[in-house]
Amino acid sequence: MCLAVPLQIISINDDMAKAGLVGLVKEISLALLPEVTVGDWVLVHAGFAIHRIEETDAEETLNLLRELGEVNESNHG
Amino acid sequence: MKATMDKRHIQNQLAAINRLNAKDETIIRFMEVCGTHTHAIGKSGIRQLLPDNIQLISGPGCPVCVTHEQEIEAFLSLAARENVVIATFGDMLRVPCSRGSLDEARGEGARVKVVYSPLEALSLAERNKHLEIVFLGVGFETTAPLVAASMIKAQKNGLKNFSVYSLHKVIPPALEVLLLDERVQLNGFILPGHVSTIIGEKPYQFIAERFNKGGVIAGFAPHDILEAIIMLLKQRNDVKPEITIQYNRGMNADGNPAARQVLEQVFVIDDAWWRGLGMLKNSGLRIREELQELDAAKKFGIVVKDYTEEVPDNGCACGEILKGIKLPGDCALFGKKCTPSYPIGPCMVSSEGTCAAYYRYSQYC
Repeated sequence: MCLAVPLQIISINDDMAKAGLVGLVKEISLALLPEVTVGDWVLVHAGFAIHRIEETDAEETLNLLRELGEVNESNHG
Repeated sequence: MKATMDKRHIQNQLAAINRLNAKDETIIRFMEVCGTHTHAIGKSGIRQLLPDNIQLISGPGCPVCVTHEQEIEAFLSLAARENVVIATFGDMLRVPCSRGSLDEARGEGARVKVVYSPLEALSLAERNKHLEIVFLGVGFETTAPLVAASMIKAQKNGLKNFSVYSLHKVIPPALEVLLLDERVQLNGFILPGHVSTIIGEKPYQFIAERFNKGGVIAGFAPHDILEAIIMLLKQRNDVKPEITIQYNRGMNADGNPAARQVLEQVFVIDDAWWRGLGMLKNSGLRIREELQELDAAKKFGIVVKDYTEEVPDNGCACGEILKGIKLPGDCALFGKKCTPSYPIGPCMVSSEGTCAAYYRYSQYC
């Protein structure tokens, strides 16, 4: 339930942002992580960015999620 | 190429674990607290790769699994209201209580909507002003801040038809209960990565200071979990239990202060009931009085029955499994009457539940 997915910030509008990953774009909230800029990678849990991560680490997390079969599934909570 | 390197890395880690293992093959038990770890350990087969005397025990870190039976009844009471739409993460749907499950209620006409984020529940409320949207707040410190942020947003936007039924729980008090229970024999904890992204390492210090046990905050890849085991074995060999971080890429040592501030703005610490563990002091998050118009329990007058009332004994061992006292194979229902298709207990419902992970990934439990 505590899964988090890495996404890259594409644009920011107040406390909301568009964040994406290989063609998928999601609207996320930055309410819990105000200090991010466009291009940053963040861990997203249930629609909210909770931690800024390095790009290389994002790649590793993505590989893991693919292995766990969680990417492309509705991974919430 | 990468797969080969990963394989070599894992082999090196397993060799290190064998080197650091107790020479007399004393049983060493580490508990992975988090349900996401339980799922990852099951999926990757780590349990089978470890030396026989190193045992990984699953703890109470699946929020769905520790939701009390009588709270599920409260969910059903809410779902039965004429103008209420329940918005929930999908895992809660099939959790049964003696009166059925949300999924069954939905089949009988109740409005239950699965959402990925509480933000979707807010949108539902914006679009359906004639309906009351109630979000089921189930989850630990990872999830509670974003439910809190959604409530602040609802208040700011003047949304009157959105509320939250908060059953959020916090992890450290549950660990304390396990450490105080002499039936639970542990050498250390693999601590939850994303809970720690929010709370940092400090709230776990009592594990080392008061109980003389180690804990490693770990990521979710197989090599993260093996690395955490290596770190715990080193602590054991050096007789130096401490709280350390393996998951540096996913957290800061002091967690996420902004998220904790949002959490405090909305919730106060309160006692909470955990399935299997009973009532734990200061282990839940209650919505502050100032925000009671957003509190579904107040708004709809939900009074949960006396928890001390005996829950009917249907033979389910989830309570002891959540404490690591029993393994799924010790339950008479496991794999027979209780399967992921027909779950009897909550540990079989969520894919992160101990029983579901054992059923899906292990032939040998």
